Amino acid sequence: MAIDTLPESSIPVTRPFRLRLGFLTATPIIAVATICLALIILMAIFAPLLAPHDPLLLAPAQRLKPASAQFLLGTDAFGRDLMSRIIYGARISLVIGLGAAVCSIVIGLLIGLVSGFFRWVDAVMMRVMDGLMAIPSILLAIAVVSLSGASIWTVMVAITIPEIPRVARLVRSVVLTAREEPYVEAAISVGSSLPKIMWRHLMPNTIAPLIVQGTYVCASAILTEAILSFLGAGISPETPTWGNIMAEGRAYFQVKPQLIFWPGLLLSIAILSVNLIGDAARDALDPRMKQREGK
Amino acid sequence: MLGYLLRRILAAIPVMGVVALFVFLLLRLTPGDPAAILAGDNATPEQLDRIRASLGLNEPIYIQFYTWIMKLLHGDLGVSLISNKPILEMIGPRLEPSISVALATIILSILVAVPLGVIAAWKHGTWIDRFVMGLSVLGFSVPVFVIGYVLIQIFAIDLRWVPVQGFKSLSAGFGPFFERLILPTCTLSFIYVALIARMTRASMLDVLGEDYVRTARAKGIGEAGVLLRHALRNAAVPVITVIGSGFALLISGVVVTESVFNLPGIGRLTVDAVLARDYPVIQAMILLTSGIYVAVNLLIDLAYTLLDPRIRY
Repeated sequence: MAIDTLPESSIPVTRPFRLRLGFLTATPIIAVATICLALIILMAIFAPLLAPHDPLLLAPAQRLKPASAQFLLGTDAFGRDLMSRIIYGARISLVIGLGAAVCSIVIGLLIGLVSGFFRWVDAVMMRVMDGLMAIPSILLAIAVVSLSGASIWTVMVAITIPEIPRVARLVRSVVLTAREEPYVEAAISVGSSLPKIMWRHLMPNTIAPLIVQGTYVCASAILTEAILSFLGAGISPETPTWGNIMAEGRAYFQVKPQLIFWPGLLLSIAILSVNLIGDAARDALDPRMKQREGK
Repeated sequence: MLGYLLRRILAAIPVMGVVALFVFLLLRLTPGDPAAILAGDNATPEQLDRIRASLGLNEPIYIQFYTWIMKLLHGDLGVSLISNKPILEMIGPRLEPSISVALATIILSILVAVPLGVIAAWKHGTWIDRFVMGLSVLGFSVPVFVIGYVLIQIFAIDLRWVPVQGFKSLSAGFGPFFERLILPTCTLSFIYVALIARMTRASMLDVLGEDYVRTARAKGIGEAGVLLRHALRNAAVPVITVIGSGFALLISGVVVTESVFNLPGIGRLTVDAVLARDYPVIQAMILLTSGIYVAVNLLIDLAYTLLDPRIRY
């Protein structure tokens, strides 16, 4: 049978990877990371139920109080309950982390698919991506926020832009390899439409690396949001975010270091958990990488 | 080699061109009047006019870009909107703290991370290996400013071994300069050590399985000789590459570290410019740091031939 008479349905579609969630408990350390992240997510979702006080309620008479039965972690310089602010702070970190990961993956995937498939687009897009990658991400993010004003949306855009080139390059490299595969050539030969080739034959190859990259982007976005807030270039200071709590704590560091240590500890645990889960996902999805890392 | 050098330098031009175009367009494409964005909500018409004149905002956009890029090529980074000083003059005195911390960090990180990575690969699968890998994940996960404050609490406040914050120029003597550099350097080194140790370990693991390493062992060369002369030299290229690609991380780290330790460097200048919405300074800092990043990676590409004689251009 000549290839041009093959019914399109007979062309094998790249089998999408299958990610079993068992990797989340692959080792005791990863299981602990999964539990920690789950607890932080639950804390963010049920913040109104868990927080003992209103995180925005100013009480000047109670400023910088030590830990007590009333305020379990004490209060900040405006008399607000530190524990309630930390609990609510998880919301912003997770929303930004997840939002930036999804946005950069969607945009990076589109750019990477098109660049990997069309050589002429590739030459231009990759120079643009090289340029964006040359700008230190924090500087790029603070420049965007300083111009557009600080809101959760601008912060998310500011964090997403530097991450896009990394995702686009990853997708492009996968597409460059996959497009030479016989099943893609076959799909082109039988006249499959371009969007269909990209969506059904090329895109499934990128899912596994993108899941791994997504976790790293998420961890990096949580960190960048905290840095932006810490530098005073993030979401407005009264909003409880871990970075904002630490930024306010800077002036009182010698009096009350807990203002920096508690949110810093939670921030570190959140990023560490996401990174460890990312490593575990990579090992589960790409055994060659695991071998290379010598595990 | 000369041809390669020229090609690499030419390839860096479009990258810097994209950076320049990006920082130029960022202000112009942000919704709203650029002058009003920079001046803030309470600006007087005179202030707006002054900003428009200073940035040439009344001209068509391509003329603005042409004028700006020509000035840039002549070394004119523009004038601060706040202090009215030429930005180049503002950067000059800020370089010493930033370069000192960055250089000290690179040196310390390589001295710590390369041996850690080599030992982890050599003792692969043992507790030493797991410790190094754990340290590396921690380095990536704990934010620079959290590390900074933990070190301040322990070494400056509790033990009183070093000053809490601040910077003394080298011209004031090596002692005061050095003791104020210790904590910022250790803070910033954390993430860089994580990066380099991880790459050294992975690269060494690759190389240790090679035939020439087995041959070297079979010849009866001591373990140190095998590791350092035969394995590490061959594993060096990816390690050097990661030092270059991690340079952007280092620059971001310098910005944060200078804020934690109150160092009057270019990072602090950038943060102050952001807080004051002094966009020409932010623009100049992005161009400067990206230029440094591109130059460092160019130098590293050229260093490959020195490290690995098999690489010829």
